[in-house]
Amino acid sequence: MTKPVTLNVNGKKHTLETDPDAPLLYVLRNQLALNGPKYGCGLQQCGACMVLLDGKAEPSCMIPVTAVTNKLIVTLEGLAKADGTLHPVQQAFLDEQAAQCGYCLNGMVISAVALLKAAPNAGEQTIRQGMQRVLCRCGSQARVLRAVKRAVKNKPR
Amino acid sequence: MNTGRRNFLKSIGSLTILFSLDHTHTLASLLPADPELPGILQRVPAINAWLEVLASGSVRVFTGKIEMGQGLCTAVAQVAAEELDMEMRQVEVIISETNVTPNEGYTGGGSSTETSVLAVRYAAAAARKELMDLAAQALAVPAEALLMNNGRIAAKQGGRAVSFYELLNGKKLTGEVKLPLTVKRKEDYRLSGKSVKREDFRQMITGQSMYIQDLRFPGMVHARTVRPPGYQSMPGKMDEAALAKQIPGLLKMVVNGGFLGVICTDEYQAVKAQRYLEANTRWDVITPPRSTKALPEQLKELQAQTRTVKTPALPFPEDRVTLKASYSKPYIMHGSIGPSCAIALYHNNELEVWTHGQGAYPARDTLSRLLGIPAASIHVKCVRGAGCFGHNGAEDAAAEAALLAVAYPGKHVRLQWSRAEEHAWEPYGTAMCMELAAVLEPGGRISHFRSDVWSDAHSTHPGGNPELLISANYLARPFIRKPNPVGGGGYRNADAYYNIPNQTVTAHFFTGPLRVSNLRSLGTYANIFALESFMDELAAKAETDPFAFRLMHLEDARAKETLFRLQEKVSRLPKEKNTAIGIAFSRYKNNAAYSAVAAQVTLDPATGKATVKKMWCVADAGEIISPDNAVNQLEGGMIQAASWTLFEEVKFEGGMVTSRDWASYPIIRFSDVPEVEAEIIQRPGEKLCGIGEIVMGVSAGAIGNAVARVSGKRVRDLPIYGTR
Repeated sequence: MTKPVTLNVNGKKHTLETDPDAPLLYVLRNQLALNGPKYGCGLQQCGACMVLLDGKAEPSCMIPVTAVTNKLIVTLEGLAKADGTLHPVQQAFLDEQAAQCGYCLNGMVISAVALLKAAPNAGEQTIRQGMQRVLCRCGSQARVLRAVKRAVKNKPR
Repeated sequence: MNTGRRNFLKSIGSLTILFSLDHTHTLASLLPADPELPGILQRVPAINAWLEVLASGSVRVFTGKIEMGQGLCTAVAQVAAEELDMEMRQVEVIISETNVTPNEGYTGGGSSTETSVLAVRYAAAAARKELMDLAAQALAVPAEALLMNNGRIAAKQGGRAVSFYELLNGKKLTGEVKLPLTVKRKEDYRLSGKSVKREDFRQMITGQSMYIQDLRFPGMVHARTVRPPGYQSMPGKMDEAALAKQIPGLLKMVVNGGFLGVICTDEYQAVKAQRYLEANTRWDVITPPRSTKALPEQLKELQAQTRTVKTPALPFPEDRVTLKASYSKPYIMHGSIGPSCAIALYHNNELEVWTHGQGAYPARDTLSRLLGIPAASIHVKCVRGAGCFGHNGAEDAAAEAALLAVAYPGKHVRLQWSRAEEHAWEPYGTAMCMELAAVLEPGGRISHFRSDVWSDAHSTHPGGNPELLISANYLARPFIRKPNPVGGGGYRNADAYYNIPNQTVTAHFFTGPLRVSNLRSLGTYANIFALESFMDELAAKAETDPFAFRLMHLEDARAKETLFRLQEKVSRLPKEKNTAIGIAFSRYKNNAAYSAVAAQVTLDPATGKATVKKMWCVADAGEIISPDNAVNQLEGGMIQAASWTLFEEVKFEGGMVTSRDWASYPIIRFSDVPEVEAEIIQRPGEKLCGIGEIVMGVSAGAIGNAVARVSGKRVRDLPIYGTR
């Protein structure tokens, strides 16, 4: 049975009919047509589906949609400014060309945004720990590390 | 169905790719060149098969290969914009699609640059000539006195400029790409050979529609498949009525022999139906005979067909052997981060399929035979997926989406594989064993080398043969799988590139317990791991430094330079406690790109754990289109190879794969990722070689050698963190 659920996604409220058990990921992708969060494992093991829940990076592939009705949800699409200016973390990834196929980029960027919010001066070890949950098969991690370090360096002062 | 180029493109318009680049435009002079045409241009010489002029002032370029993160679209746009003196943003790239792009078969072997990029370069050069000739007529100015710039042509003196589109007046280019052909002088390149930012990057980083998973069609329905417990399990009992009671949005359950699928209006409903059937379906499991032995011994017990690869001038002197060693690698998965996905629509006896498989035409031919639908009634379009590194579940998923769509006509049916399906059902890179032996002469040179390789097939791409699709094996009217083909890839790089007078190379091909196909670098990964480990072991016997030992067996100056440059990077590093450097070298396929890799490994004396701290690579792949993209491939290759070498092994028991998620099949995470540094030796005058696969084997060799140095323990059976 479906029921109406209200979500706050990227600064907008959306009320939609959904199975209350449905994981957030399916609702974001299929009902709100968002492409940022990706299906990777459905097991909270790979990080492809990361979103920001009240500023923290969390996988969206298992958490039921009804568990996040009181959270501020931000996806990859919600990071750039309305005028198209990229978030400093996105810009750093672009500058470092930190991807190959790009499928893991969502998890990488979302995790880095949350990490730098919690630890604006993060060093090597903190960055690695903060990114640990996200897998990349192309081996872009070295570039991702450079991108996150660049974002630390470029942070607004 | 409309197979017309423009209409079909319009319907998926959000997925076409445009490039832009800011640069100061400079014009280059042209000189005749005498290139050899790639084979594909001999089969498809028409310029308009490769390139089309659009009313918007852009050109559209068609490649029969696919983009899988290797940067193909960027490279194609770069060479086309170069020859036509346009900006990259004026070049739109379309990847493999039936009736739209040339048929370039499958994308693989790290060779899309060697074939498709070159074909586009020459097609663009031929287009340039045709457009210049048309402009010469239209403007009544000799072609030599004309200037091409950003899609327009004018006299160098100035005056009226005509656009490509005006010149063609709505018609297509009519010429053919043939020799002699004038191409731009490489010293005049302003784009090719320069690092350009991938413009698809902005789309990726802002979450725009890019991947097959992002395609959405009105009325699209969602499907899931339910797998038998093992390859040979046969149909059990399914109860559609009970399922329908559980799943209100169930549209259809499809049962065809052992192939079981569900179609629902909502994706999560399909997931629930899949879970219900997984828990409530009984299968008749046919357990294959078990081997009591573990890999690699198990492989050598299998019946094998032997192929002599290289016969020496002098027989191998068994009584004088200096060193014999046996190496192995387990089954390794492609492990794409995005599990396979496909969309199919069956309507009015016509089938349309969207796939992230490696080639649209081979997929069409396979579907035609699987479903008994004429190839002319099937339209296949390749769309990006997550990085695949070879033949993974993509084509299986496409066929299964088609089976479901035929059973449920009129709607776009989207099939998404689960993580467990991708892990357990994809065709792996085969397990292999390598037995090496050599004789060292008193001066420390190798006089005899013998290599015996045991391998399953390295390519079982369907390419028109449905029996190579997993589900086709257990349909009600099954396509029966034959033993795997012999040859191809198993002994790639099994013969040493080193100057060794007597080499004996023998390959033993078996059909193993797990499904296999091509994985990045095929047999090279295992063969170079073995050979380069063996070279270090021989160097120790010869009491020679690993660099010097390799260099004394090399004559090729380009090979030597990669090692010299690598030596410069690592020889002056400060000595650290519990830290060692290992190196390796190879020339890919012994006829393509060169690479030398060093790995720095530290050992924690308390835990005994070896950690790869840093890896360096020096590569020479001849002409390079985009240096930064090439470096990206090398860096990524080293990290992926480190993952394979340290961690990866597909586990199975009783014919069932037990590696079903990222916990039971771990791959490298940030905590273990080494720092990487890659240097490219650019040789614009040399043949362009693929770079995507070249560091896999050398990285494994370098890591193994560093581990042996730092720990005193030589690991000959991968993975290094394995239990054997």
